[in-house]
Amino acid sequence: MSANQVALAYLVASVFFILALKGLSSPVSARRGNVLGMIGMALAGLTTLMIIAGGGLMFIFVAMLIGGSIGTVVARRVQMTQMPELVAAMHSLVGMAAVLIAAAAVNNPAAFGVPDPMPTGNRLELFIGTFVGAITFTGSVIAFGKLAGLGKHFRLFSSAPVVFPGQHWLNLALALTMIGFGVAFFLSPDKAWTPFWIMTGIAFALGVLIIIPIGGADMPVVISMLNSYSGWAAAGIGFSLNNSMLIIAGSLVGSSGAILSYIMCKAMNRAFISVILGGFGAAEGTAAAGAGQQTVRSGSAEDAAFLMANAESVIIVPGYGLAVARAQHAVREMADFLIEKGVRVRYAIHPVAGRMPGHMNVLLAEAEVPYDQVFEMEDINGEFGTTDVALVLGANDVVNPLAYEKGSPIYGMPILDVVKARTVLVNKRSMAAGYAGLDNPLFYMDKTMMVFGDAKKVVEDIVKGLE
Amino acid sequence: MGGTVDPTVINLVVFVLAVFVGYHVIWNVTPALHTPLMSLTNAISSVIIVGAILAAGVEALDLGSTMGLVAVGLASVNVAGGFLVTRRMLEMFRRKERKGDA
Repeated sequence: MSANQVALAYLVASVFFILALKGLSSPVSARRGNVLGMIGMALAGLTTLMIIAGGGLMFIFVAMLIGGSIGTVVARRVQMTQMPELVAAMHSLVGMAAVLIAAAAVNNPAAFGVPDPMPTGNRLELFIGTFVGAITFTGSVIAFGKLAGLGKHFRLFSSAPVVFPGQHWLNLALALTMIGFGVAFFLSPDKAWTPFWIMTGIAFALGVLIIIPIGGADMPVVISMLNSYSGWAAAGIGFSLNNSMLIIAGSLVGSSGAILSYIMCKAMNRAFISVILGGFGAAEGTAAAGAGQQTVRSGSAEDAAFLMANAESVIIVPGYGLAVARAQHAVREMADFLIEKGVRVRYAIHPVAGRMPGHMNVLLAEAEVPYDQVFEMEDINGEFGTTDVALVLGANDVVNPLAYEKGSPIYGMPILDVVKARTVLVNKRSMAAGYAGLDNPLFYMDKTMMVFGDAKKVVEDIVKGLE
Repeated sequence: MGGTVDPTVINLVVFVLAVFVGYHVIWNVTPALHTPLMSLTNAISSVIIVGAILAAGVEALDLGSTMGLVAVGLASVNVAGGFLVTRRMLEMFRRKERKGDA
């Protein structure tokens, strides 16, 4: 194949990638989009295999077979609640692959059609691709540990922020040192292994240091941010290898992650910079202040069943507590009973209801909840006022009316307007505060009834009550 | 104003245009599919496997090609895992669709 044919094949693959993402604009076209993505990837891979002409082909097939089998097994077995961990693990692989490819490019630029020794322009881009890749790798490993709850085995994986004095200064000093060695690598006339490895080593350390101070509540932002980094790393490698397809694919992924980070920050009312600086969520799990003074009306699952069975419309607000209790299937069963009785049932999803963007939608889809019953926050907030019963399952901060009060720590955070429903049912395990460490006035209102207990147990009891 | 355009400049042109395309395409993705979006973008960023194949595809088995091979393996995990897990999730969204029709 000539260089032009290869470039054209890569162009076609790039178009397939764009169409793949375009398909995700609706659940109907999404599956076709995924297939287009696979076709693009196959085209890119086969074209590349054809141009390397023999050298080491056997080894490459073996590596692909091993990697592909691991990926297939993991994709089949992973639980939907574990998606955030899986995605973090996959980001780390992209990051590490970028570092390895960069090192191989320093070793033998000719293999990539780049002159040996590598021109300074390509070196600058290689430097960027390498350090972003290295930060993505170690950062994602830490994020994976935090998400998988490995904190009790290894302190750096703790979901509580790991902070120490002078942390930000240390990070800044390391970043500057890293850039210094990057410049040394950039200016050097030969292969310059020493500055390359020192710079890469510092980038690995930085990846750990920038993720450890970020608390569990901010993980949806972190995971989106690392998604973005993995794309920029791929784009950086594409620059240094003069490969347009890598640049296009990397940019698509990079902008996707950046947009998701923005959406998550907005939904949590957090400035991106303060998420990055970390330390938030330290008060997680502390008992609500003033809980003793106010009275809470609590009721049984049977009471809840009675209220909902006699309602005209019910909106279910699922939070992460629901997923932890694996209660999605029980909730769907409950909704089926209610629909049978002529009750209009809808679900209201806050953007940070799960542990990653869109997580709750997938968890509900897994429980076979029809997606036309599931509504995003903006689309359903106006409906609470005309709703008889709002059932809050394992959510707290995202329904906290303190968000409307000036001076409260969560003032301005977009919330679900549960407070406007005629009756509010709240299921929680206890009166403990949510991630923000705040008390929730919703729980003390006259129209609110608390149903304490494990979400799955409570919903199953409600189902019994409906029967 | 003579001579050829430096490849880096061409790369920059491609990059800026691709970011614009990405920005517009991603804002059109429905929020319900943000998790599949992440797994799909993960699979797409593994197109970095192209670089890994080039690194591994040289005659001599040395430091560079060994790293290339490892990178091929890592990226393959993502290619297979990313597309398959996305398909698995999207299938879940489809089942409802049929039920809704019935």
